[in-house]
Formats: sequence, structure tokens, C-alpha cells
Amino acid sequence: MKYNWNWGIFWQPAADASGTWLQYLFAGLVWTLGTALAAWVIALAIGSLVGVIRTAPRQWAVRLGNAYVELFRNIPLLVQMFLWFFVLPEVVPQGVGEWIKQMPPPWSAYLPAVLCLAFYTSARVAEQVRAGIQSLPRGQGMAGTAMGLTLPQSYRYVLLPQAYRIIMPPLTSEFLNVIKNSAVALTIGLTELTARARSMQEFTFQVFEAFTAATIIYILVNIVIVFAMRWLEKRIAVPGLIAAGGAPQAGH
Amino acid sequence: MFAGFDFDVIQRSVGYLFREGMTFTVTLTVMAMTTGIVLGTLLAMMRLSSFRVLAMLAGGYVNLMRSIPLVLVIFWFYFLVPWMGGWLIGASEPIQVGAFMSSFITFTLFEAAYYCEIMRAGIQSIPRGQVWAGYALGLNYWQTMGQIVLPQAFRNMLPILLTQTIILFQDTSLVYVLSITDFLGAASKVAQRDGRLVEMYLFVAVVYFIISYFLSYLVKRLQARIAVPGRM
Repeated sequence: MKYNWNWGIFWQPAADASGTWLQYLFAGLVWTLGTALAAWVIALAIGSLVGVIRTAPRQWAVRLGNAYVELFRNIPLLVQMFLWFFVLPEVVPQGVGEWIKQMPPPWSAYLPAVLCLAFYTSARVAEQVRAGIQSLPRGQGMAGTAMGLTLPQSYRYVLLPQAYRIIMPPLTSEFLNVIKNSAVALTIGLTELTARARSMQEFTFQVFEAFTAATIIYILVNIVIVFAMRWLEKRIAVPGLIAAGGAPQAGH
Repeated sequence: MFAGFDFDVIQRSVGYLFREGMTFTVTLTVMAMTTGIVLGTLLAMMRLSSFRVLAMLAGGYVNLMRSIPLVLVIFWFYFLVPWMGGWLIGASEPIQVGAFMSSFITFTLFEAAYYCEIMRAGIQSIPRGQVWAGYALGLNYWQTMGQIVLPQAFRNMLPILLTQTIILFQDTSLVYVLSITDFLGAASKVAQRDGRLVEMYLFVAVVYFIISYFLSYLVKRLQARIAVPGRM
């Protein structure tokens, strides 16, 4: 039993004639990051909104926010991906559905992938934002009201600036998660990093080289982000406030 | 809105979906959970060990698993396990490994990294004095761990371990990339055969939602029951 190692494969031209296999994989990384970043921006916006709603002094609003989180947490990501890709174009008005279906190839997978990851991650961000706000002493909100701030103003100037700093570590892991989760988009045809490692393996039969390269790239991205976020955490830390992230959580 | 859809396809295939698909999904989940928790606990003990080499090995393994996508891990083991097996038994070529075995090994090894971090926090939540008390009574390391520390750590961490298992249950759907007939895979086959993608995927989503929601409701009940009053 002998496996033919060939590490030189990365400098040989790729099957799609776009350059070497190494360049082919890095182009995949660009798609991975492009998908993850776009999804992350949307997830932060929606997640913050839902997280705030879940701490609002209105029962129905809290229920609505909770239902939102439960909906996205209890359906597997892959199934959600299929819902966005296969089901959505069929259940929206016909004109919109046709427009979605006629999108040219990379975008026809990119858009559903971004939306899917964005909504999936937003539920997790919402959970963190809620926990962050609720970890603040109740007096903070009350002091805001006593100063004459309206409810939106207390959130904007008192609660959220503190909450975001507290939840930086869990948000960092959510950001790492969205990068990893973007690999699920290969099932709907997005040629991101994992998909390209897989197709490199199919073309060259160099299974272990292809997957090793993808693994190393993912690890490097992880390391860069972890260090950048640690630097950012230190810069924006409020003296005396302890960051969250000590308690273990289930998740990927 | 649903004019032109045929939801009868669900009724026609529901027996197949649950008999073939859900059985695979549940079996894989339960088996990967059991071995994953055992392996994760061992890894956690290694990470907390005073032997630096053991701690570093376990730490490296856990960090590696946690920094790459599950889909990539599934591909890795799908190709790696036959070679490893062939190498272990000294065969002349990679051995044949069934779909179930391959995904069982993948999910066990992958989830062990996540269970490890949970168990590590659980072990660390037990006051050191209990370990010293164990040693003072003349118990050795394995006795102290097995009879004093781990039962308490396990109890403290049970809700999180179960929540992780619900995530594992959802993640097993990713065996789809190996064309395995799990619950989603079965639904996908019917969907493509009958051209009923919308109906089948909506049905799959509803089923997963109901099961996961019900399980996390049970975990919440459990959490409330085992919580020590006055703490946390």
C-alpha cells in the first residue's frame, strides 16, 4: 500500500486554466471570506436588533425575538441552505422567483449562501447581544432613564456600548464560525475553499495534499483573526469590566 | 401561494423517510454522542494533565478540529479512514469502509473536540480541595477522577453536553455530501425523483425543527431541575 505524494502539484496548472492549483485554492479562500464577511455584516445588524428586542420591556416583543432565535437554531444549517436555494424562488411571487433563478452562476449560489449564513448567524448574535445587555447591572438602564434619556437613547448611549465590549470574545468565535460554516455552501454550488479542495482532489487524485492545504489555510485564517480580535479587545476594553467568554457553550 | 404543489408526496414517502433516513440519523447521533463524550472526557483529562506532552497533544488536536469546517473534516476522514485501516492491518491497499462506519468515526472524532472543552470546564468547576481529599484518603488518580470529580463534572455539564448533542443531531445532516441516506439524504432522493424539492425540504425543516425544539425544551426543564438553588 503506497500513496504517491506529490507536493509539487500546487505549482502545476489547475484544471480550469486560471493558474496554478495553489492560486486556485486561494481564489476559493477569497470566496470563503467574501461570503463570510457579507453574511457577518448582515448578521451583526439583524442580530443586534433582535438581541435588543429580546431585552425590551414589552412581553410580545420579547416573545417575537425568542421565536426568531428558536426558528434559526433548530433547523440544520444545510437544510436552511436548501430552503434559501431551492424553496425560496418557488414560494415568492413569480417575477421575483424568475429573477432569482436567472442570476448568472457564481451569484446564483453566492446570494442564497450569504442570506442563509446571515440569518443563521444573526440568531446566534442575537443570543450574545441579549446576554451582554442582561449581564449589565439593572441600574445602568435606570440611570439612563433618570437622566432623561428615552429608551432608544439609553440603549444607544449607555447599554449597547458596554454590552458590545463585554461580548467581544463570543462574537469573535461567532465570526470564526461563520467562516467555517460557509463551507456548507458547497452543497449549493459555491466554489469556496473546501469545494475547491474537493475538486482539486477529484482532478488530481492528490487527496491528502489538497485537504492538507485547505486545512492549513483555514488554520492560518483562524490565527490571524484571533490575534486581530485580541488586539481589538485590548484597545476597546473598559477598565474594570470583565469580558464574557469564560462560561462554556455548546456550539460549532 | 402553494397552488401547484403536491404535498401528498410526503404522505407517500414518510414511511421510507423515517424507516431508512431517520433511523440512520438517530443511530449515528446516539453512537457518536456516546463515544464522543467518552473520548472527549479522556481528552479533557489529558488537557488538564500535568504531563506537558499529553496536554499539548490533546490541546493541539482540539484546536485543530475546532478551526476547520465540519464538511472538510467529513471529506478528510472519508478518504483517510480507508488508508489508516489498511495501514493498521497491514493490507496491500486501502480497505473498504462503509458509509456508516466512516461517518461514525468522523462525528465521534470531531464532536470529541467539542465535548472535551465542555468536560474540561466541568472538571475545572470542581474545587481542587476535593481532589486533594481524594488523594488524602489514599485513592489513586483514576479512582479520584472516576468516583469524585467526573460524576460531579458530568452532572454540572449535563445540560451543555445535551445541547451539544442537539447540535450534533442537526450536523449529521452534513453526511449529505457523501450521498448517504440519512433523513435529509432520503428526503433529497425522493425530492429529486419526484421533482418535489419545495415540499420535501419544507417537510424536512419542520421535522428537524420539532425534534430539536422539543429536545431543547427538555434540556431547559432538566437545567431548572438540577440547578442548585442560590447558585449562579
